[in-house]
Amino acid sequence: MELRGITKRFPGVVANSDVNVAVRGGTVHALVGENGAGKSTLMKILYGMQGPDEGTIAIEGAPADFHSPADAIAAGIGMVHQHFMLADNLSVLENVVLGTEPRTGGRIDFRAARARISEISARYGLGVQPDRLVDELGVGERQRVEILKVLYRGARILILDEPTAVLVPQEVDELFGNLRELKAEGLTILFISHKLDEVLSVADDITVMRRGTTVARVTPGEVTARQLAELMVGSALPVPELRESTVTDTPVLEVSGLTVASPEGRTVLDDMSFTIHAGEVLGIAGVEGNGQAELVEALMGIRSLDAGRIALRGEDITKQSTRKRRDAGIGYIPEDRHRQGVLLESSLWENRILGHQTKPPCARGPLLDRAGARADTERIVAEYDVRTPGIDVAATALSGGNQQKLIVGREMSGEPVLLIASHPTRGVDVGAQAAIWEHIRKARAEHLAVLLISADLDELIGMSDSLAVILRGRLVAEYDPRSVTPEQLGSAMTGAAEEVS
Amino acid sequence: MGRLSLRSVYLGLAAPVGALLFALLVCAAILGATGHPPLEVAEAMVGSLERPRTAANSLNSATTYYLSAVAVAIGFKMRLFNIGVDGQYRLAAMLAAALAGASFMDALPSVLRIAMTVGAAMLVGAVWAGIAGFLKVTRGVSEVISTIMLNAVATALVAFLLNPDRLAVTVAGSNNIGTPTITEGGRVPGFGYPGSSSDVFGLILLAAAVGVAYWFMLNRTRFGFDLKATGQSQSAAVASGVNVKRMVLASMLLSGAAAGLVGMPQLLGASYSYALDFPAGLGFTGIAIALLGRNHPVGMAFAALLWGGLDQTSNVLDLSGVPKEIVVIMQGVIVLSVVIAYELVRRYRLRLEQRDVGRALGTAPAAEEVRA
Repeated sequence: MELRGITKRFPGVVANSDVNVAVRGGTVHALVGENGAGKSTLMKILYGMQGPDEGTIAIEGAPADFHSPADAIAAGIGMVHQHFMLADNLSVLENVVLGTEPRTGGRIDFRAARARISEISARYGLGVQPDRLVDELGVGERQRVEILKVLYRGARILILDEPTAVLVPQEVDELFGNLRELKAEGLTILFISHKLDEVLSVADDITVMRRGTTVARVTPGEVTARQLAELMVGSALPVPELRESTVTDTPVLEVSGLTVASPEGRTVLDDMSFTIHAGEVLGIAGVEGNGQAELVEALMGIRSLDAGRIALRGEDITKQSTRKRRDAGIGYIPEDRHRQGVLLESSLWENRILGHQTKPPCARGPLLDRAGARADTERIVAEYDVRTPGIDVAATALSGGNQQKLIVGREMSGEPVLLIASHPTRGVDVGAQAAIWEHIRKARAEHLAVLLISADLDELIGMSDSLAVILRGRLVAEYDPRSVTPEQLGSAMTGAAEEVS
Repeated sequence: MGRLSLRSVYLGLAAPVGALLFALLVCAAILGATGHPPLEVAEAMVGSLERPRTAANSLNSATTYYLSAVAVAIGFKMRLFNIGVDGQYRLAAMLAAALAGASFMDALPSVLRIAMTVGAAMLVGAVWAGIAGFLKVTRGVSEVISTIMLNAVATALVAFLLNPDRLAVTVAGSNNIGTPTITEGGRVPGFGYPGSSSDVFGLILLAAAVGVAYWFMLNRTRFGFDLKATGQSQSAAVASGVNVKRMVLASMLLSGAAAGLVGMPQLLGASYSYALDFPAGLGFTGIAIALLGRNHPVGMAFAALLWGGLDQTSNVLDLSGVPKEIVVIMQGVIVLSVVIAYELVRRYRLRLEQRDVGRALGTAPAAEEVRA
């Protein structure tokens, strides 16, 4: 099987561009890549669920043109989905024949079907019992039923989409045993995964995808897992790091005794106190849902406090409105950009105004400064590499990463004194990530104080001057980012290190 | 970007024009089914529009409809449904009429009298709508419910006040009652329409000014930006520093003030008093026109003209034995189909735009990969 020059575009993104994969018959071929590298799109094209915009598919030398999964099945391609597609209340036999029932007269010939299933099961060592109810089966067994289902339909090429994601290690070993038997019987297997050790143990050939295209083809013998990882993320992987310390002793944000209860009366932030100085990045590590969102909203004035005091540059802002706080120089990169960061149906330049309605270059007195906002949007688009054909398109037409770059650019505008950044690089590509870090570093050198919340521990450790761990609404531990390891942080985040700190 | 904006113009026109054509087809089918030749009916209606009197009356209807539509649209832009424009303008017109007709007003200069009358109407409308706004921000009462109920309250209040014991007098030579007739100095002179016995409302200029003010407010002011942002995404507006409660109250007050103007062209240009036969139901027409005109200042002007024209030309139908209710059917079909058409066009436009962006950027990531 061979894929040549496959390109597929979706609104705002190119999911696949110039993808080339050649799979030798009778081998296990692994396709690896990070989430979002375009593996799933490629599989959908191969299985006829989507048509490619460009490129060709050839099966055993003959060109193939699939318009539906039925075409792909007819060409001998079978797909085992990551999420099983089985009816729990039917037997294995019924599930397997569903859609391709063998008929004699007007009746389903279960006897013939049962015989074939037993035969296939025995030939490939799948150990599937046709009369058991699917409901009673374990995850590994269900997966074998899925495999049997595609074999029953005459598949000679099997696509397995992240088959090990749902399996425990023992089941993974069993699956790999099955795959080797299938291979021995002359079947071809395309195995999609991002677990590199598994790929190295089972595959004969490996194709690496990155950002929508195929970047390398290797064999397990010639690479290590580490080299494979580098291929997956690209060799120019940016490292988040702050060079010299720029921390001053001027406090910018002083929070003391911050306490917030949810509407149901549960305490979500409990007596939290910290200070961020000019030129300092305070990183907050924590498992999502431990009060980060509430902390950010309390600091922005979106959520009211039950107790505590917030001061910005010495001035008490506890009672101030969100707008006053923004006017005082707080920039805000929200965690959920669609909910809080952009007006999806408004143009980019209107989105530039959002949150900056009161300040130049967006406003002059009570009037909007459209020309100023437009010019500054052009600047952000250029400086932050927002990929867009123009500033008049609606924000929703951009990919999430480009929306994020626009938001970061906007919130870094107007020389903020404090930046509250929730997951500032979530969903952006590697190049833009490095650019965003660089912008934050530059602003930090000019005395910006930053509250950084991120799920990316490398980003947190690399970008922070000090680190705190949030757990159940409290700051439970503090670390020096120069010496802490992700493992230490991880255990503190889950509460395992609570006693130690 | 030139291509994009040109396209957005014809996409913007596609929905109302398409809906109009569809409504025409439906009406033609109904006419045909009931045995009236559709083409002849259309001819009669268009022909009647050429009569000066019908044309002048159409403009007058459009004037009040437009004011009503702007009042509704201010709320719509913020996803607030001010269903209460009807009650707001009736109460406002009645109280303003009582003020304008009061004898002490005779001593004042004409401009001041008119300004006081119009100002009073805006104030009353704003207060009446403000009740709903206040209830929404303090108690979370849905403005849909409260404004509908306030319509009923307004009806009762007008009936109570429009009584010879209180603000009304008996209209001479009839058993109609109304507020005292406004004397010459309190009226707004109309424009003569060549060949027509009825004038065009002088306050058509007020409607135009309101339209311009509405456009300016929405597109040029911070307040308008906050209003639109709140309508698009309340959570994003809050994060951007908009005080949503204050915006709700402010936009209800503005909407009510605009609603207060709805009765003014009729009061100061034709009726000169608020009597039992003062036109009612204009607030609901405004909802239809705001929908049809997509809350756009120019779009609503066209919609109001269309509506006014349909209303006035329908009178000719009775003469040719066609029930004039066919026009109501047509108006209903227009509104229904336009709402659907707008949504379809909106989705289509977003998809087009996304595809454009995809196409414009299509080669960029691939080019980078070559370097990597």
